[in-house]
Amino acid sequence: MQASVVRVLIAVTAAFVFANCADAQGAKPVELKVGITTFTSGAASVFGVPAKAAAELWVEDFNAKGGLNGVKITPVFVDEGLGGEKFLSEYRRVVQDQGVKVMLASISSGDCNVVAPVAEDLKVIDIMWDCGTEKILEDKRYQYVFRTTSNAVTEMVAAAVHLLRVKPDFKTIAVVNQDYAWGRDSWEIFRNALLALKPDTRVVAELFPKFGAPDFSTEITRLQALKPDVIVSTAWGGDLDTFIRQANQRGLTKTSQFVLPLAESSLERLGKSIPDGVIVGMRGDAYFADPDFKSDAKIKAFVQKFHAKTGAYPIYPVSHVVQALQAVVDAYTVAIKANKGQWPGTDQVADAMRTLEFRALSRPIKIRADGQALQGQLLGVTKSVPELPFALIDQLTLVPADLVTTPVGQKSPEWVKTLKSDLVKSDRIKIVGTPVVTK
Amino acid sequence: MMMIRIGIAVAVAACLALGLAVPWIKTTVIVGVCYALAALGVTVLLRAGQISFGHAMYAIIAGYTVGFLARAFPQLDGLVLIFAGTLSSLLAGAVIGLFVVRYRGIFFGMLNLAISMVLYSLASKLFDITGGSDGLRITRPALLGYEFERAGFESAMLVLTLVCALVLGWWVQRYFKSAAGEALAGVKTNETRLEYLGLSTYRILWNGYVLSAGLVGLSGSLFAVVQGLVTPELGYWLRSGEFVFIAILGGASHVLGAFLGTFVFECVRLVAAAFLTGVWQMLLGITLIVVILTAPSGIAGLLRLHTIRVARQTA
Amino acid sequence: MNLDLLVLALADGLSYAGLLFLVALGLTLIFGVMGILNVAHGSLYAFGGYTAASLSGIAIQWDPSTVLLLACLPAAAIVVGVILGAALEIGLLRRVQRGDAVVPLLITFAAFMIFEDLQKLLWGTSPYSAPEVVTRLGTIDVAGGTFNCYQLLLIPGVALAAYVLLEFFLKRTNLGKQVTAVTHNREVATALGINAKRIGLVTFVLGAVLGALGGALAAPTTSLLPGVGTDTIVLSFAVVATAGLGQITGALIAALLIGLARSVAVYMAPELEVVVPYLIMVIVLLVRPNGLFAIAQARKI
Repeated sequence: MQASVVRVLIAVTAAFVFANCADAQGAKPVELKVGITTFTSGAASVFGVPAKAAAELWVEDFNAKGGLNGVKITPVFVDEGLGGEKFLSEYRRVVQDQGVKVMLASISSGDCNVVAPVAEDLKVIDIMWDCGTEKILEDKRYQYVFRTTSNAVTEMVAAAVHLLRVKPDFKTIAVVNQDYAWGRDSWEIFRNALLALKPDTRVVAELFPKFGAPDFSTEITRLQALKPDVIVSTAWGGDLDTFIRQANQRGLTKTSQFVLPLAESSLERLGKSIPDGVIVGMRGDAYFADPDFKSDAKIKAFVQKFHAKTGAYPIYPVSHVVQALQAVVDAYTVAIKANKGQWPGTDQVADAMRTLEFRALSRPIKIRADGQALQGQLLGVTKSVPELPFALIDQLTLVPADLVTTPVGQKSPEWVKTLKSDLVKSDRIKIVGTPVVTK
Repeated sequence: MMMIRIGIAVAVAACLALGLAVPWIKTTVIVGVCYALAALGVTVLLRAGQISFGHAMYAIIAGYTVGFLARAFPQLDGLVLIFAGTLSSLLAGAVIGLFVVRYRGIFFGMLNLAISMVLYSLASKLFDITGGSDGLRITRPALLGYEFERAGFESAMLVLTLVCALVLGWWVQRYFKSAAGEALAGVKTNETRLEYLGLSTYRILWNGYVLSAGLVGLSGSLFAVVQGLVTPELGYWLRSGEFVFIAILGGASHVLGAFLGTFVFECVRLVAAAFLTGVWQMLLGITLIVVILTAPSGIAGLLRLHTIRVARQTA
Repeated sequence: MNLDLLVLALADGLSYAGLLFLVALGLTLIFGVMGILNVAHGSLYAFGGYTAASLSGIAIQWDPSTVLLLACLPAAAIVVGVILGAALEIGLLRRVQRGDAVVPLLITFAAFMIFEDLQKLLWGTSPYSAPEVVTRLGTIDVAGGTFNCYQLLLIPGVALAAYVLLEFFLKRTNLGKQVTAVTHNREVATALGINAKRIGLVTFVLGAVLGALGGALAAPTTSLLPGVGTDTIVLSFAVVATAGLGQITGALIAALLIGLARSVAVYMAPELEVVVPYLIMVIVLLVRPNGLFAIAQARKI
């Protein structure tokens, strides 16, 4: 019994070593398989399915233009809706069985948490293309894990700053967030930033309905009883849709100022169910109706193609997946050049990624030494317009990333407490372009 | 008898060979054997005619014990973690069993279901302690002092799981043939007579319950260590239902039933995933209905694996 | 916790309890008459909800009156209840031997799994909603909170009406009395000339319609997703087991108890909100194993 165990172990280790060697530099492969995890089932699918469509569209375009030195990209999709364990098994299978070298994972911060150490273990490049939790890159130095968009700190601190610019005199605030890593972590940052910038803020309720909750009636009743001046929610996807619809039906949106940092992704689906004057945002700075890019041909072409394919306008997960794909091909291009035309190994691509500067559907993005990208944050206020059946975001304000992101090497919980209230008045925070409605 | 032994040897060898040949399938095989162990736990209770719809709670009790210990003492050996997980589920089973084994039939099932849902809900909501619905991550522990790379770790776990399955399968089979095991079967056929014979059905069923809790707990610990993740889903009532499903599919008359049932279960799942994505639950449901209607003693019954000689019933 | 908050909690709990009661009613009725715990009841709820959402979606395109929109809901429930209920009873449950409590349960569990995938095939995995009728019915102010008339008045109203009608049916009509007779003692009822098989079918379909009605009424207030049946069935088990299997009035009280306890929990200990129904179920079962309102039954040795 023991001999066979030892033999099994030796054989397996040998096979593993050989498999790893094969990954090193060498001839051009037939195709580059890129794994992309997204929600294609469940409440979050309204968020994840457009991203899948965008990835397919972008890859088609890219391959048609010649690909990566002639190598075509093949996307492999994994459904995050499978849930923690099944998703992890699928992730492993895709990497080990299908030989995927680059994974774009994930939307859910919970899934990102689970997958990052596994990716490092399996030595596969893992790009957190959408999730926001800042803890992953702060708690540990990773060689293969990156994020190509802004993280929770950039977003939530910018949201706090923007709230104070728009409504500086509120007294009480309540939060309704999804009960998982993102919901909990994002509130922690927002609350600490707010308390640092305006210490007399009073938090009257902290509600965490479960991820995918179909009904928010009780939470809304509770909020009506408490009557906070501001209600903040970092919910997204089907959850946010249901919450806003129900809150609007019962008049809560009129009695409290809602702050919804991720609501850009729900605006088209909500249509008339969201009133004017709600503070909304997205993660990052890519908005399909950004006045700065009104005449940018490349961006306009993409928006039109996306609308033709899906019947809807791009939401921010769309720009995130495009950013991630752009970063991957740019990193490969840099690595190929550094490798004098030879196909690079995973380590070389990771090195190229670490100091990459690239641009996708908005302003330039830079990845810094810890793997975190610096991307500005856009926030604004809802305004209905006659040309569209849903609200646009008006008075877009751009907050530069370096003002509101934890510096490399520091921990966010401590850094956020050092924020000073004059940050709100910084003159580097600007309104973008001209207002949407000029009347 | 020889046939059975040869069959088992072939199956174990096949599992090992499969793991060698197709590296990524190791985790799937390990998970399959874990399911079989859990179904074995349910089978023990099935012998007494009782079905528990909440036994997955012992999987999460064990799994979260592993998670908490791994978080608090990262240098603990994997075997210690697995042992601690199983021990916690044994203790929990002993305590919960004290009042649960007074019930019979539907109420036994309902009470187990209720307790498992309480534990599931607590695990989902207590975010600061249990990590909520995201669950707890478990970093890869050393096994017997060796630090493995991922592939070696999976192979070692495969061997460990197969060994556990063999040992426990053999042991439970002997338990079934022993006086305690026969008494357990007696609870199903005529409980009152057992009492008249002077045996305490409460004690007998309690023994069986603790054993079943330990088996499910072991499967939960192995699962948690292999996956590196434990989530509340491990204790959801659907998971308990799947264990019952496999136990019925395989048949309660023989220990091999649990393993045969798992094999069919996994086959149907793989076939469905490969050819008919999205309908694997439907296929499983149909399979279960067919088995219940045509072969009520499950596959083990079909293969005439008995440990109780049951007289043919006339008329 | 002052009076205003208590009133608000009660108002919340009322609509939740109403839905819970409708689903539990079907479940307990079926158990009372046929001795089967129907796990597939959760699927009936889900199918009722999805069908109602689809029907409403179609109706919306013709700019219908509010009454028509409302009528979609029971219509969906009846369609789903009759078709699926009859299919389950005639197709599956008839083939199983009577007396054994476990095998029918497993068959309904298998049917539940089949229905879950069928639901995904028919309606996909993205969320479905039909909020229009809720908006149409407007809001009402109670104790400082604004509630949807639909949730506060319509749902509890329908639940109460269902209860009253069912009690009337069971106690005053001929068919209902036959149902009651079969519930008490099937053998004697058959001996007296009652067609127990037909009664079983009628009751099963009735129970199925009630379960589907729960789903149909819930559809305008929530978003429907795969898994909604799974959560509902285990919650209705909690109500039914707490009340006592087969007890209709008991189910009403148990549903109210659990609904109110849950909404009070949201105010006092929000993290425990999801635990409360099952905690109540455990406590009740430990103290009174047959449920709160079960009648003593003779046991054959």
